[in-house]
Order: sequence, then structure tokens, then C-alpha cells
Amino acid sequence: MTAVLRFDQIRLPPECEVLLHEVRAFLAEEIAAGTFNPHEPQREDTDVPEFSRRVGKRGWIGMTWPKAYGGHERSFLERYVVTEEMRIANAPTRRFFVADRQSGPVLLKYANEQIKMDIVPRICRGEVCFAIGMSEPNSGSDLFAAKTKATKTNGGWLINGTKIWTTSAHIADYMLAIFRTSPPTKENRRHGLTQFLVDMKAPGIKVNPIAQISGLNEFNEVVFEDAFLPDDYLLGEIDGAWKQATSELAYERSGPERFLETYYVLTELVRALGANPDARGAEGIGRLVAQLHTMRRMSVSVAGMLQAGKEPVVEASIVKDIGTIWEQQLPHRVRDLAAFVDADASNHHTLEDQLAFAIKIAPKLTIQGGTTEVLRGIIARGLGLR
Amino acid sequence: MTENIVAETAERIFADLADAQTLNSAKDNSWKPALWSALTDAGLPLSWVPEECDGSGASLADGFSVASSAGRYAVAVPLVETMLAGWLLSRAGLPSPSGTMTVAPARPQDRITANADGTLSGCARGVPFAADAKHIAVIASGAKGFTIALVEASACRIEPGESLGHDPLNTVTLNNVQPLSAKAAPSDLTPVSLMLMGAAVRSLQIAGALETMLDISVRYSNERVAFEKNISKFQAVQHNLAKLAGEVAAAVAAAGSAADAVANSSSFDDAVFLEVSSAKIRCAEAAEKGTAIAHQVHGAIGFSAEHILHRYTLRALSWRDDFGHESYWAVELGKFVAARGADELWPLVASR
Repeated sequence: MTAVLRFDQIRLPPECEVLLHEVRAFLAEEIAAGTFNPHEPQREDTDVPEFSRRVGKRGWIGMTWPKAYGGHERSFLERYVVTEEMRIANAPTRRFFVADRQSGPVLLKYANEQIKMDIVPRICRGEVCFAIGMSEPNSGSDLFAAKTKATKTNGGWLINGTKIWTTSAHIADYMLAIFRTSPPTKENRRHGLTQFLVDMKAPGIKVNPIAQISGLNEFNEVVFEDAFLPDDYLLGEIDGAWKQATSELAYERSGPERFLETYYVLTELVRALGANPDARGAEGIGRLVAQLHTMRRMSVSVAGMLQAGKEPVVEASIVKDIGTIWEQQLPHRVRDLAAFVDADASNHHTLEDQLAFAIKIAPKLTIQGGTTEVLRGIIARGLGLR
Repeated sequence: MTENIVAETAERIFADLADAQTLNSAKDNSWKPALWSALTDAGLPLSWVPEECDGSGASLADGFSVASSAGRYAVAVPLVETMLAGWLLSRAGLPSPSGTMTVAPARPQDRITANADGTLSGCARGVPFAADAKHIAVIASGAKGFTIALVEASACRIEPGESLGHDPLNTVTLNNVQPLSAKAAPSDLTPVSLMLMGAAVRSLQIAGALETMLDISVRYSNERVAFEKNISKFQAVQHNLAKLAGEVAAAVAAAGSAADAVANSSSFDDAVFLEVSSAKIRCAEAAEKGTAIAHQVHGAIGFSAEHILHRYTLRALSWRDDFGHESYWAVELGKFVAARGADELWPLVASR
């Protein structure tokens, strides 16, 4: 066989079962206390710093990181359970999730000791919010076309240019960004970009909100005008960010957040169709549940293989490819199946509201964090076609 | 490819005696006896029969690996059907005869009745390989519950018929047939259990066939030149193959998970129902999407009878119908989820 796709049968270990109930109980308390409403996903952009701190206090941020930096040295599968339950409850995780998934691991790998000791424990306590500075006005999927410049100056670097579509930049304390430090070479067009830590409070950084079609303002334009970054904010190798940016994608691409973003409409559909749906409703629910179960089994399997030190790169890209398409189609399938729901059904209003929101956000799901086209290119390479 | 000696043995026999190109070029079925006799010598047809009943006593997991492998080779003899029959008979403590077997009923709507005089009556449609089977293992419903019985195929009326993949697929009618042996089914075993077991096996076979479709499609795209380059270099073709890989991955994951659930469960409980019904639904969906892409990549040559592609695509499509059409399982799963209520859906999914 030329291409073998492998999905080990990973079942969540007993410690995850215990943890799952702890997380559910915690979220139920938060919901009861009015911190957030699980039936209103549209408030996913609201910022609840106290909630982040309480999650941190529970030890659920930086779960897999070394204890020396405030982490908890638990498994990826335990982190998986926490991520999943937060997502299902529509908990306001925006403030800490990016740092927990991506920024923390990058700092742990590439930042100097002093920065690690300063920032990573604060991430774990839920005190700091990170943004990712990748896209630019003329550089989206084509990451290596980035032009925003870092110029060497005395004791540090001066940044000039614009990042765009930067989620959470308006509330972020820090950003991990890639800037151009040299032009690309003939042999390697990916050469010349360097990864930096950015303190969003530094002078010369302006954040302009961008209104989205969903009615939210999650993302922003970030303009740098001679913003100064000290030398030790440089992460990893000068001109070599391309090696760093691509190494941790398996973690980013296969998590439960890659197929559960619109899950809530399925719950409400089941509620609206009631305990005895007709054959059409039952078949529709059955197919969606079968697809969901399969996605989750694939995603858990990738998490387990990563935990075991394997590198399921193609499998991870496949999980994101079919997972994001599934969560994108889900509100449309639910809309079909709910077409004949009695308008007097107790949750009719909730379902309508949720569908309207999910249908509006659906187009972004196959764009954010790596488009379908980019993912399929990676899969094709894995299959030996490139 | 494989992880155990049982499946390795099966794979070696398939590679030697069930090579797709050789079988496809064969003018008759003369290759069948040699294949069957090698499989029998290796004890594979009775994998799931305990050693004390003259079977090989392989674990459920090992037998499932054989089913995956049979799917990868699109094996066209009643190997998995005989395995299922041996499993069913053993569950009631009945010994298995030698030779080919199949099971009935093979569709969830069909019923075979155990009459008061011990004979069996009823009609089972779409019974795979019934025309090639010497014996049929039956689960029948009677006044006192379910009975498992062994009948001679020659005692039944077996109508001619074939599947999309040209394998025998027959309507089997029993008119007061006297079984060779019969025993009450264990209390946890019902016709639904046989459907679940059959559906798990068919899911694995579909996933296996899809793996081969991906393999030969990738290979073909790297060889076929059009517009002065290998068609694998065209982005449209790459994306189609990436989509095929996604369907293969989903089928492999779903079927593997279902088999793992059955192999590690002591009964056909709710968890097994969720896993197996999901696998049959998702694998059937993958068969539809995957076969379309595999054929698209191959173009006209893949539509010719002399090419091996159809051995996998048509069987994968055909296997969707056996042991519960995906729409049947979807309705059953949907009803199950609805009855438990909306807020129990996530805990159910997360429990696996």
C-alpha cells in the first residue's frame, strides 16, 4: 500500500472520566452563577476575565506543561476532555484558549528562561490573553508572502507593517507573530521570516476592530509603526520561522474545537423533534450522530497517537478537513430537518436564534487556522502526490 | 499492514490465491476451490469457533482483522459469512460443520419462525453467498424466544441472484425445514445481535475496500500522463484524492472503533449499538463518496470490466445493503438518541 491511514483505537483512560465529571460540575456551577448562558453561543466574543482565572485555578490551562512553569504535567487526553467539555458548554474560553493551545507551547520551546518564567505561569493562571499574528493584507494562506518588517536596532527590533484578521487582538496582552527579517532567497521562498513575541502594550501598536458578517467583532487589523521589541522577544532562529510554524500543526489541527463549533444546533434539533421523531427526523439525527461519533473517534485517536509520540500529520489534517466541513454543513442539515418543527415547540425560538447565528458563522469554519485548500495540499503531499 | 498472525495468514493467502488481476482475468470460477481449501487449511472460516468445537478459537479482534483484510482484497468467497455462521452457532454451543456457510436473516426486516414442531419457516432476502453455501446458520423467533439452528442449504429454496459485485445474493425460503441441529439462543442474543455483528464485519470490509481504492487511485494518478504531466500533479486531482483519503480515514476509524467495541464488550449493549450503527452508516456514506472519486480519477479505464477497480467499488457499494441498510441504522440510532433526550446526546458521544 502506498498510503496507509492509521487510527489507533484510543479510549479515554479512567483519569479522564473523573476529570470529565469535574469539568461538567464546574461548568454547571458557572452557568448557575450566571457567568455565561450555554444556549447563547453568540456571546462567544464576550470577555470574562474572572472565568479564565477560575479555570486556571482548577489547573485546566497549560495542563500538559512542566510544573516548573506553572503547568500540571497531565496528558494530552486529559487536556482533550477539558477542551471538549468547554466547547460543548459554549464556555467563554476565548481569553485563554489560544495561549493554551499554541502560544504557551511555542514559548516553552523557543523563549528564554526569564520570559518563560515571567509569562507561562501567568498563562496557566488564566491572566493573559494571546493573539496570533500571521495573516497580512496580502498574505493569508500564502503565509510566506508576509511583508511586515522587523528591522534590527540598538537592543532590539523595530516593527513596521500591518497584520490583519487577528482574532482577539483587541483584548490580547501578547501576540506571537512572524515578521520579515530578510528577503526570501531564490532557493527557498520560505526563508527570511522570524517569530517574535509582541507586548501589545508597546508604543506604536494600534488595533482597529473589523466588523464581521456574524455581527461580532472578534478580529482586528493591527498596525505597527516603529513598535520596539527587545532582543529577547525574538523566538527561535532568525529567518527560520518556517521551520517552527509547521512543526506543531498536528496539535492545532485535530482538536475537538475543529468539529464542535456549531454542535449546539444538533442538541436543539433533538430537543425540538422530541422523544418520538418521524422517520425523516430520526434518520437525519441518526446520520448526524454517526458522523459526529466518527469525527470524535478520529480526533481522540490522533490525540492519543500524539501522546504516544507518533506523528499522525496526514491524519490530523484529515480530521480538520472533514471536521470543519462537517461543522459547516451541520446548521444547514439541522435547518432542513427542522423545517416542519411545530412553531410552538418549547425551544423553537432558541433553535431559530442558534441556527441564524450558526449559519452566519459557518463560512469561516473552513477558512480559519488553515483553509480547506491548504489542508488538502498537505494531505496530497502525505499521499505522495506532490 | 496487519498486527496479528491470523490476519497475516489471511493476507498471505489472499495475496497468493486471490490476486485481483488474476481473478479478474479468469474465465471461470476455477480459482475458488484452491482459495477456499487454503483458507480452510489455515482454519480461517471457523476463526470464531472454539477449539473444542473443532474451530480455530481466534479472538473476536483477530477475526475482525481477517474481515478488514478480506475487504482490502475484495474476497469473493463466503469467508466472513462462514465466520459469522460459526460465531452464531457457537454462541448456542452448536458445533459447526466443515465447508461453506452463510447466515440468515441478513436483513433486519426479515423473520424466520421456529415452529412448534421444531421446523423452521420464513423468507430471508439478500442472503449473501447462499447459493454457494452448504449450510446456513439461522436465528429464528419462536414462542419460547429465539432459537439458533443449522440447516442444510439444499433443504431451502434458494432463488438465483447476485450482488452489484456479482457475488451470490439470494432470497432463501424455508418451508417447514427440519434443522440438522438447534438450540435456544443465549438470553443476550437476538436477531439484532446478528445484525450488529454482520454490520460490524461489513463496515470493516467496506473500509478495507476503500483503503485499496485509495491505494490504486494514488498509484494510477502517479502513472497516468495527460496534458504532458502525471495527472497527480493537477490540483483538482490532488484535492479529489485528498477527499477520498478523508472518506477512507472516516471509514477505517469508524469500522475499527466498532470492531474494538464489540471485541471488548461482553454483550450487545447501548455502546455497541452506537458504535456499530454509526460505523455502518458512516462506512456506507464513505462507500458512495469514495467509489465516485476512485472512478473519477481512473477515468474510462476504471469503467472497463478488465480493470480491477470495480472489484472493490461494486462490492463496497453492495455491502451497504447487508445486515441493515444505512438508512435503517440511521432511523434506529435517531430513535435511540431522541428517546434519551437532547441533553443526553453529548454524554453518550463522549462516553466512547
